[in-house]
Amino acid sequence: VSSSCSSSHALREGEAIKAAILIQRWYRCYMARLEMRRQYALSIFQSIEYAEEQAQLQVYFIYQFFNSPSDFNTAGSDVQLLEYERTIEVPDSYHGPRLSFPLTVADTNSLLHAFKDQQHLHARYVLQLLHETKKLLKQMPNIIHLSTSYSKEITICGDLHGKLDDLLLIFYKNGLPSEENPYLFNGDFVDRGENSIEILIILFAFLLVYPNHLHLNRGNHEDHIMNLRYGFTKEVMKKYRSHSKKILNLLQDVYSWLPLATVIDSKVLIVHGGISDTTDLDFLNLFKRNKVRDHASILLPLFCCTERTHDPERTDFVEYSPIRRVKRCLPGQDIAVKRMTRPSSSSSHRRRYTSDLLDVGEHMCLLHDGVNSGPLLEAQYLESNVRMPSVPSELTAKEWKQVVDILWSDPKNQNGCTPNKVRGGGCYFGPDVTARLLKRYNLKMLIRSHECKQEGYEISHDGQVITIFSASNYYEDGSNRGAYLKLNPDLIPRFVQYQVSKCTRKQTLHQRVSVVEWSALKSLREKLYSRRSELIAAFRQYDPNYTGRISATEWASAVESVLHLDLPWRTLRSRLVQLAPDGSVEYLSCFNDLEIEPAINEVQPALVETLYRYRTDLEIIFNIIDKDHSGLISIEEFRQTWKLFNSHLKIDIDDESIDNLARSIDFNKDGSIDFNEFLEAFHVKHNACLRKKGLHGKRMRWRTRSMVLFGEVIS
Amino acid sequence: VFDHECNKTVDVREIGTIIRSLGCCPSEGELHDMLAEVEEEEPTGYIRLEKFLPMMTKVLMERRYRPIPEDVLLRAFEVLDANKCGHLTKEELVKYMTEEGEPFTQEEMEEMLSAAVDPETNTVRYRDYITMMVVDEN
Repeated sequence: VSSSCSSSHALREGEAIKAAILIQRWYRCYMARLEMRRQYALSIFQSIEYAEEQAQLQVYFIYQFFNSPSDFNTAGSDVQLLEYERTIEVPDSYHGPRLSFPLTVADTNSLLHAFKDQQHLHARYVLQLLHETKKLLKQMPNIIHLSTSYSKEITICGDLHGKLDDLLLIFYKNGLPSEENPYLFNGDFVDRGENSIEILIILFAFLLVYPNHLHLNRGNHEDHIMNLRYGFTKEVMKKYRSHSKKILNLLQDVYSWLPLATVIDSKVLIVHGGISDTTDLDFLNLFKRNKVRDHASILLPLFCCTERTHDPERTDFVEYSPIRRVKRCLPGQDIAVKRMTRPSSSSSHRRRYTSDLLDVGEHMCLLHDGVNSGPLLEAQYLESNVRMPSVPSELTAKEWKQVVDILWSDPKNQNGCTPNKVRGGGCYFGPDVTARLLKRYNLKMLIRSHECKQEGYEISHDGQVITIFSASNYYEDGSNRGAYLKLNPDLIPRFVQYQVSKCTRKQTLHQRVSVVEWSALKSLREKLYSRRSELIAAFRQYDPNYTGRISATEWASAVESVLHLDLPWRTLRSRLVQLAPDGSVEYLSCFNDLEIEPAINEVQPALVETLYRYRTDLEIIFNIIDKDHSGLISIEEFRQTWKLFNSHLKIDIDDESIDNLARSIDFNKDGSIDFNEFLEAFHVKHNACLRKKGLHGKRMRWRTRSMVLFGEVIS
Repeated sequence: VFDHECNKTVDVREIGTIIRSLGCCPSEGELHDMLAEVEEEEPTGYIRLEKFLPMMTKVLMERRYRPIPEDVLLRAFEVLDANKCGHLTKEELVKYMTEEGEPFTQEEMEEMLSAAVDPETNTVRYRDYITMMVVDEN
């Protein structure tokens, strides 16, 4: 009896093991598919994000066009602190914090308290704070050297990107900055989030109170051109109206004085982006860092020389032939390799997201004008050949590249150092580059930020490179955790992760991934929709007989040729478009569920599509034109804006249509247009049938990034 | 999706995810065998597409490692449910998943529990769990 019992027991055991394996197998399969969806959702977000980063160069030139050189000249007299007090009145009705300089802990406390209550700091105090911050930063070297011997641990935080909740969470978990609790913030404090100015105020305030225990590195977003595109400028304009210009100008100065790097115990190097194979820390420490002001942007290699002079140290401007590749002009300089883009003389020249930062050089002609005193800038792509005044740059090619490399580079897993084509500047640096640099300067590791990581941090290059990213839910609720690291005197990092969450119920991985995926796909669908005409033209090339179907490969090719997002289109196709039973793609179906609802009548569909597509650019330009920040521009200014856009982007819309449009937007016929109202009128409606792709029965929040204002909330 | 260097290679640690995303459902052991076929003689940490493609094509053509149908999965749970009461306790599930077969890591276990455990009864009502997972997938 006992033997049969034990054998049946053994049998059952064996069955149980088989069952367990089966369940494990199934589960791992399920998780893998979820992981795949998570990965492509993130790559969608990233592609769209980086593609936008490159499109800024147009904005810069247009900005230049509308601003006179004196606007850049803040090198003038150092306005005393009291001047601000004299000239800017703070009304009695203001209940926000009132700062008194020199700042104390009482001020930082009142600021934290106020911002938690969603108050704003008055413009006068903002200006005073920036003024004092600039004064302090000027005394610091380009590379700060710290020591852990005076305190137990240093806390290092990465990108915050205007997310105040994350900063407050860090302070809550880790304590406020103080002599016993030093902090280093590694750049990218602003843009994208809604509280960039509040974050800056807090960080600068703590910097003034604890100048030896609160440290800041400059990030690639501490740059006025990035701010124009990524929301910080807009935030300041909205919150500070007539004072915003002064604030933004002073901010540019402050940015230029932010330290570029920090070294702890002569062993740990901390920079925002990364390094390249030419990074020279000694050089970086010596040059005048505040020169990198108007030109810190990756989009602006304003120095060029002819084939006559090959000196990379030359700083004056000489005649430059637009055909000449900059690489040849500056031999011996390790400048990003140029990729041939379509010649600008081609008749079908359209705005392209160039991935080569030096492409700008091809279109620019820097001339010495014998008549005027200073050098002039002539932008060739503007049909009118407008001559714009420029600021003479004293920045050399080498200085510029060194800075761009440390603010923009990303690590990669394979050896070598290649140009960072995705971002348009800086490099991808491999483990060998890291090893060499660390060895050269006798360092132990490199800590950087700049890239969103799902866990808030990532260790790469065999432990030699750490990425730390402190903005949780960066792309979308649930997209990623934030983290900070604590470095003790043994220089062993300890990571702390967190995630700001509005939802108290813990979500499963599946729910989290679905939300992120859904949001990514939504952004992508909108992108497809905004290029509808071009896409349809590309599809038709494969479908001359108008069957409505093309193969998956053809579809992927066509989409990539228009959008240039370098995404896995074939993998994504089932989420974007209807598939026929034989696997071919019904290419028109990706436009099915979206429609733009123009609130304005008599506007042709082509114009609607164009306005929708360039909405963000128009918004930026409008904000630049609207100097008094009233929200209104005159019909003439509207026409001017549009004509500039038209010539620059070669959009095929005639002047009469623009005039008609302008007239129809001027609702009250008083000659001025409320531009924001106008833009808000062009919103995208997502039809109900998209719902079934979402979570069944669960609550979903629609959050679109720059464009749509009237999204539907599904409950 | 996984070729981060844009040179037709992927990190070897992602191969499992890739194979499973293509609709195959191998066990860890079977995955290991597949990996051995595509790895370089001297492991570089990367798998090249040109080696992977023929192996994977063959697997797909031969319809190996097919996904597990719902009813088979249900029966597997029923086997573990010794008392045939329609649910497993949390402890039972944890024991089987982390001690038997190809054990889960702590992370995998936690994740499964977060979705599988019914918060009201604190048990794993596996029939409902399976139904939910299958619907979610589609």
